[in-house]
Amino acid sequence: MTQFITRRLFLLIPVLLGVVLVTFLIVRLIPGDPCVTMLGERATPAKCEAFLERYGLDDDIFTQFWRYLGNLFKGDLGDSIRFTRPVTTLIAERLPLTMELTLLAMIFSTTVGVLLGVISALKRNTFIDTITMIIANIGVSMPVFWLGLLLAYFFALTLKGTPFALPPSGRFSAGLSPVDLAQFWGLENPTGLKAFIIELMSNTVLVNVIFTGDWKLFWDSLRHLILPALAVGTIPMSIIARMTRSSLLEVVGLDYIRAARAKGMVERRVISKHAMRNALIPIVTIIGIETGSLLSGAVLTETVFNLPGFGTGLVSAILARDYPVVQGFTLIIAIIFVLVNLIVDISYAYLDPRIRLD
Amino acid sequence: MENTTELSHVAASTRRSPMREALRHLLRHSSGRAGIIILGLLILIAVFAPVIAPYNPTQILRESRRRTPPCIHLLGCPADEPQHLFGVDGNTRDLFSRVIFGSRLSLQIGIVTMAFAILIGTLIGAISAYAGGWLDNLLMRFMDVLMAFPSLLLAIAIVSILGTGLINALLAIGIVSIPRFARLVRSTVLTVKDLEFVQASRAMGASGMHILFKRILPNAVTPLIVQGTLGIATAILDAAALSFLGLGAEPPRPEWGLMLGEEKNSIFSAPHLVIFPGIAIMLTVLGFNLLGDGMRDTLDPRLTQAGK
Repeated sequence: MTQFITRRLFLLIPVLLGVVLVTFLIVRLIPGDPCVTMLGERATPAKCEAFLERYGLDDDIFTQFWRYLGNLFKGDLGDSIRFTRPVTTLIAERLPLTMELTLLAMIFSTTVGVLLGVISALKRNTFIDTITMIIANIGVSMPVFWLGLLLAYFFALTLKGTPFALPPSGRFSAGLSPVDLAQFWGLENPTGLKAFIIELMSNTVLVNVIFTGDWKLFWDSLRHLILPALAVGTIPMSIIARMTRSSLLEVVGLDYIRAARAKGMVERRVISKHAMRNALIPIVTIIGIETGSLLSGAVLTETVFNLPGFGTGLVSAILARDYPVVQGFTLIIAIIFVLVNLIVDISYAYLDPRIRLD
Repeated sequence: MENTTELSHVAASTRRSPMREALRHLLRHSSGRAGIIILGLLILIAVFAPVIAPYNPTQILRESRRRTPPCIHLLGCPADEPQHLFGVDGNTRDLFSRVIFGSRLSLQIGIVTMAFAILIGTLIGAISAYAGGWLDNLLMRFMDVLMAFPSLLLAIAIVSILGTGLINALLAIGIVSIPRFARLVRSTVLTVKDLEFVQASRAMGASGMHILFKRILPNAVTPLIVQGTLGIATAILDAAALSFLGLGAEPPRPEWGLMLGEEKNSIFSAPHLVIFPGIAIMLTVLGFNLLGDGMRDTLDPRLTQAGK
């Protein structure tokens, strides 16, 4: 197992390098003069020279790439043109929300998806099965942002005044915001990596709450995340449900399941202990693939629910031509995606010993 | 004597065109049938859009109020008010006409992007498998890198390079779909290229190009059609998403995603402006998904896995 993990880690290096190269090229591939594109009407020859100098765009491309790589290793992703603040600070402010949203959506899509799939498979060709599969088919065909808008309408307007009403926008109710952990611990202006991590922890509500004990904030933010998470999770949920159904049906027909039944095992145990373990392998793969759609969905849904996360940050950076931010955000998302797929690979090597031997 | 007539009968029955045979199988498959019905209707709507739509999709109706809810005469709307089946949008245009004309755009978007991705993907996959060696390695590692990004986010990044706009959005979606087809073609070519029938062709002195296009690539056609159909569904969703974010189609184009993006803030005051374009996207995507599922199950036993 250790050997398998080490080998997978090594295989990661070329992919990560490629990812870095692609994000590096994002800025260099912009047609036309980068200065005019980024500064727009404010571009004067003097300003342009200072700009090219500052972002090192007047060097040749190899020097630029080496510097970009070097800065990356130092944890420096450059500065935002709009806010003249480090991109890493923006990441620390915006990434936690998107991760919380993605995680919540993943929990929803996996639990509900697997549950629906198992029910469907066990009640094969009954009314319940048909209904579940129709829901799954419609679920994969819905635009995430549209579903988000419909949910907002239903839960914030139709159910207004009932206990089930949920807020349609924002991350917290007015007046609430997470405590800055640096202040909470009485640290004065931390710098570098330490500042980044503390900022990241401050903005991750779950982590913040553990230190500050402000559970009111936690429940408030959870209530704000339920609708976006439902919207983001629906497509993956549908795909997982379909996968679970077909994968379980395939396994249930095999001889070892018949043997388990023949020796008088309770059906519940046959399914949960024997069938599910094998059926899980393709399901885990699908969950890994769907992380991409969860991340993309989070980006779209944040726009609908006015959440100050990674997605809204990315889109506004693109519209404002703030390329260092676009570059940094894209890189981080790709790295997260690659790492999730690594975890998925490792987990199915754990589930299926045959994979380890290859 | 009897045997020969039977044989000729069999021969005649198998001589039916493969297209018709495939269609017959597809119509027997429940989701394939549903997909064909939905898409058939959609194509009719797209073709006859000018006949069906009561207004020009970009025409501003000066006498109407902004965001008027639907007014349908049959359902009791007073006859002296102008009929608007889906209501009037924020720029006082008839939403029904816009949704109807949107079908043309969405079908074009789906088909054009997938045709582009299949063409380039086939080329890359075929070159990769045929050449082998370092070129194969280079191309495939590049495909791996493209697949290391969540596809919609990569499309967003590409749009940020090319600039916003519908054509650039389509190009971006096409580019991110290439790896899937390149891998598919590469694996087909690798499986087939050393089989006897290809060697026979080579022994008969056929040129490399002839072998590739006439002997090897036809084997990839079925899986490409299946993946392409499912890909159209994704492409339509992604294009709608880019337009929704303001990175794709530009106003006043009747694009469904753009309609949703323009009116997303009026969801509480004028929900009809959000509901109808969304239903249109959903039905179109559902149609392609169902057809793709049906084709996969009936045409290509190798790909049968009911997951995705």
